[in-house]
Amino acid sequence: MSDMDEMDDGSGVVKKFMFLNRKAPHGTVYALEGLEVVLITAAFDQDVSMVFTDDGVFQLMKGIDTKGIEVKDFSKTYRALEGYDIEKLYVDQASMDARGLTEDDLIVDVTVLSVDEMANLMAEQDVVISF
Amino acid sequence: MPMVNIAGKEVEVDEEGYLVDLSQWNEDIAKYMAVEEKVDLTESHWEVVNFLREYYAEYQIAPAVRVLTKAIGKKLGPEKGNNKYLYELFPYGPAKQACKIAGLPKPTGCI
Repeated sequence: MSDMDEMDDGSGVVKKFMFLNRKAPHGTVYALEGLEVVLITAAFDQDVSMVFTDDGVFQLMKGIDTKGIEVKDFSKTYRALEGYDIEKLYVDQASMDARGLTEDDLIVDVTVLSVDEMANLMAEQDVVISF
Repeated sequence: MPMVNIAGKEVEVDEEGYLVDLSQWNEDIAKYMAVEEKVDLTESHWEVVNFLREYYAEYQIAPAVRVLTKAIGKKLGPEKGNNKYLYELFPYGPAKQACKIAGLPKPTGCI
């Protein structure tokens, strides 16, 4: 079946979307824009997972203070995801280890995955979008 | 961006009339916004407006209407956490109108 056919009768189609977050929360707009895309996607009742890897794990850190750089601290917004029915949050074990972080340092509950587990999860997705 | 004078204070609003700096918000601004939106503020309206301000303080976003409805239901009971109740209070969209009155930005994904 082509993509077009799927779209024609596609009102009930649920795809697996993965949003991959790789960058530190501030300094670029990727993290905030990625989060906004996820919040919008939630309205379409899709199967959404979020992955945090590389410097992306810093997005979920507790106790972020952005006063000194005069930008909005949106880290609390990750705690609103549950209300948007986005509950599949994954972090990469190696990225956490390399930065000296544990689950206790994070503002939301996550599932920590090894590289192999992450690769399997990615292989299951219909769409992977990287920020 | 446009400036409006509300109860003797100059405040900045965006092109759709939403307050730019939410720390400036006060009840006079809420009343002004309500007049703009043709909403007659009652206790029931204030309950939703105050709920939105608390939600924003906690999560730093204005919730989508579906999320607002669910969260109101949880906090204030199912007789308030439904579309009929909220649309009766805010006929042009509870998220859109109530957020404006609460001094919050327009909800993400709200067109």
